[in-house]
Amino acid sequence: MEKILVKKERNPLKTTLHTIYYLIVFGLIFWGFGGIEYKGIMQTAASSINALLDGFINPDLAYATNTTIDGLPYAILETIAIAISGTFVSAIISIPFALLASQNIVGQKVSKVGKLIVTMIRTFPELILALIFISVVGPGAPAGILALGIHSIGMLAKLFSEAIESMDMGVKEALESCGGNYFEVLFRAVLPQVSPELISYTLYRFEINMRAASTLGLVGAGGIGAPLIFAIRTRSWERAAIIIIVLVVTVTIIDQISGRIRKKLV
Amino acid sequence: MEKITVPKPRRLRRNLTILTVTLLIVGSAWFAGFNLFEVIGNLYKGSRLLGRMFFPPDISYVPRIISPMLETIQMALVGTFIGALVALPTAVLAANNFIKTKWLHVPLRFILNILRTIPAMVLASLFVAVFGLGAFSGVVALAIFTFGLISKLTFESIEAIDYGQVEALMSLGANKMNVLRYAIIPQILPQYTSYTIYGFEVNIRAAAVLGWVGAGGIGQTLEYNLAWRNFDRVGTIIIFSFAIVLIIDLVSSAIRKRLV
Repeated sequence: MEKILVKKERNPLKTTLHTIYYLIVFGLIFWGFGGIEYKGIMQTAASSINALLDGFINPDLAYATNTTIDGLPYAILETIAIAISGTFVSAIISIPFALLASQNIVGQKVSKVGKLIVTMIRTFPELILALIFISVVGPGAPAGILALGIHSIGMLAKLFSEAIESMDMGVKEALESCGGNYFEVLFRAVLPQVSPELISYTLYRFEINMRAASTLGLVGAGGIGAPLIFAIRTRSWERAAIIIIVLVVTVTIIDQISGRIRKKLV
Repeated sequence: MEKITVPKPRRLRRNLTILTVTLLIVGSAWFAGFNLFEVIGNLYKGSRLLGRMFFPPDISYVPRIISPMLETIQMALVGTFIGALVALPTAVLAANNFIKTKWLHVPLRFILNILRTIPAMVLASLFVAVFGLGAFSGVVALAIFTFGLISKLTFESIEAIDYGQVEALMSLGANKMNVLRYAIIPQILPQYTSYTIYGFEVNIRAAAVLGWVGAGGIGQTLEYNLAWRNFDRVGTIIIFSFAIVLIIDLVSSAIRKRLV
């Protein structure tokens, strides 16, 4: 039988470049490993893990059924409330930013600036934003809402602008040729076309914000984070376990609901 | 001339949805005690803090934050590497088109879903309690978090591959390993690489704040200075880490754009 041999194309320049890329990547990883100091597991590690597992077996059920302001239901509801309000705030503010970053709305030069602004917002850590807003409105849920609201603009405006850039421009041109002014074009051509995607992305960001809202409590911006960290630091594992279990269940349920809605939308 | 009448769509369902969503939003804002007027009225307090942080920042502090910043990058690198390495085989096992045994991919996906619901910060604080303070706990938290993220994205890509290549190889009598090597891996490799770089972006942002719970990196320096109310130094740290994260973000999104 004849053997079929396909000759592989070899480009010496490409091969060298690839080798250099691989060397750089592996060099970086080696350098990374060099910097992580492994001090060995603490002597108390075994007993901590035991205590932790024990906590998961006997979670603090009294805390989960405590319906006062100090209980778990209140903290979870507050986390959800922070996520919903924060997402809503950012969805509204994101629209002008998205328009500013869309090439087919404001032109190439302005959109580059807009994109850079959006990237800058995205990379600014939300915990720092939360700290700044705590100095404005004091510790509590409103600071968390503002932090999430501003931080989420970075991602939402980017996704929104991608949706706007890939829309059908014919509708916009038709309205413009009929003499529609800027706001008519925006509200009758641009937004109606992209609204399913906008809602879908907003829901997706809500899922992310649910997770983010649960860590904002670390710096005092409300939600479940504060009692969770407190429980971990004081090693009251029964309480930490019940909080983690309830958090995982809540986030999973919300993911499922919002995932279903998103599937129907797009 | 004939009049064209467009039947009006039924609005009831739509209006009910809008009403529910509005009620949810207003209800949450009320529950969380959000008051827009209070926010606007107190904005000057925020500007005072910003003034103490950034006007001017303590530039002389820069040499002392270089080493924690490098540690942050190292944490993100190692965490991403370990997470991505474990994620590839897991994704292959979790995809439902390559291995068709339900008892394997259903529980695997369940575990992956749970891993992704726990924020990296919570994982880090758990590991700090077990492994002690330092970058090692942070790396473990980042690795687990990245593992959950990349596995999920990758198994979804595996499920979306062009199955024709797999069938072509199978019809020639190729075994599972060959199918994996010549049909599946080459198809998902660009996406997998892109997800890994994306994971690195996420991790560098996460690593910058993980120090808050004692898991190493620049966050620890930040928390220390905030506790001592050295706001000008805090400003320096924020500017410096922000610049690094921004540069890494821009570079890695440029690479990702070329990959896929």
